[in-house]
Amino acid sequence: MVQYTCGPLDASFAALSDATRRGVLEQLGRADASITDLAGKFHMTLTGMKKHVGVLEQAGLVTTEKVGRVRTCKLGLCRLEKETAWIEKYRQLWASRFDELDKVVEELKRKEKVDGRKKRT
Amino acid sequence: MDARREREPTPMKNPTTTERKSDRELVVTRTFNGPARIVFEAWTRPELLKRWWAPKSFGLTMISCEADVRAGGTYRLVFRHDAFPEPMAFFGRYLEVTPHSRLVWTNEEGEGSGQITTVTFEERGGKTLLVMHDLYPSKEALDAAIASGSTGGTGETFEQLDELLVTLGASVGRS
Repeated sequence: MVQYTCGPLDASFAALSDATRRGVLEQLGRADASITDLAGKFHMTLTGMKKHVGVLEQAGLVTTEKVGRVRTCKLGLCRLEKETAWIEKYRQLWASRFDELDKVVEELKRKEKVDGRKKRT
Repeated sequence: MDARREREPTPMKNPTTTERKSDRELVVTRTFNGPARIVFEAWTRPELLKRWWAPKSFGLTMISCEADVRAGGTYRLVFRHDAFPEPMAFFGRYLEVTPHSRLVWTNEEGEGSGQITTVTFEERGGKTLLVMHDLYPSKEALDAAIASGSTGGTGETFEQLDELLVTLGASVGRS
């Protein structure tokens, strides 16, 4: 993973908060496209689409390249790796916690058994 | 406990899963090898809660753990991470306490951006499926919680991420 191609994670989420931008990412997942193509697909002005692409670009979700007068957009390298990493780290914390909780549960189970025996005798 | 460990092999650890279910929701699931009443007890008796809630493997140390576990009751957990000098406090209020099946509480240290946590305990054949569900007030609140933990790369922000995990874990897990 190329860290420096990624924008801040909050930029990624801000970028994804908009339905058009999510649509643009889906579209670019299928094929690279020019801003003109995208504007046409999403029934927007060029200026409007440029803004959306700018937001996606800042978040590292999209890269663009201008050849002559055409700016071509493609998916960036960043995607959502940070969120994935964060969720994995979060999972690990809970897994550690629950492994400790297992010990408490085992202990309570044993205690219950012993208490049960005591009651019967 | 040591004597027992010699006699019986340690059972396989059950897997923990986490998922961002939607813009506003995080879900953690885990099965425990015990009946719901026992798992529930471990979540609702402060003296038990503090034994598992701050795992040493994460550099956490519990400083204090108060929980008045009944609807309307409050809780306050304070603990420290090895990497940070200042202890952190997490607090809120229980909205619902249904013995052996359901706990709901608020997370109020975030001043309005805190999530509502619902934990359910479902017993199946002597085992308990635990589902912990966090509902954030908005997509932005959850995004911000995640974002503040990893502002770029791994090494240089690792401590920040740890701090966030402590924060989030704290606000999610205590009862």
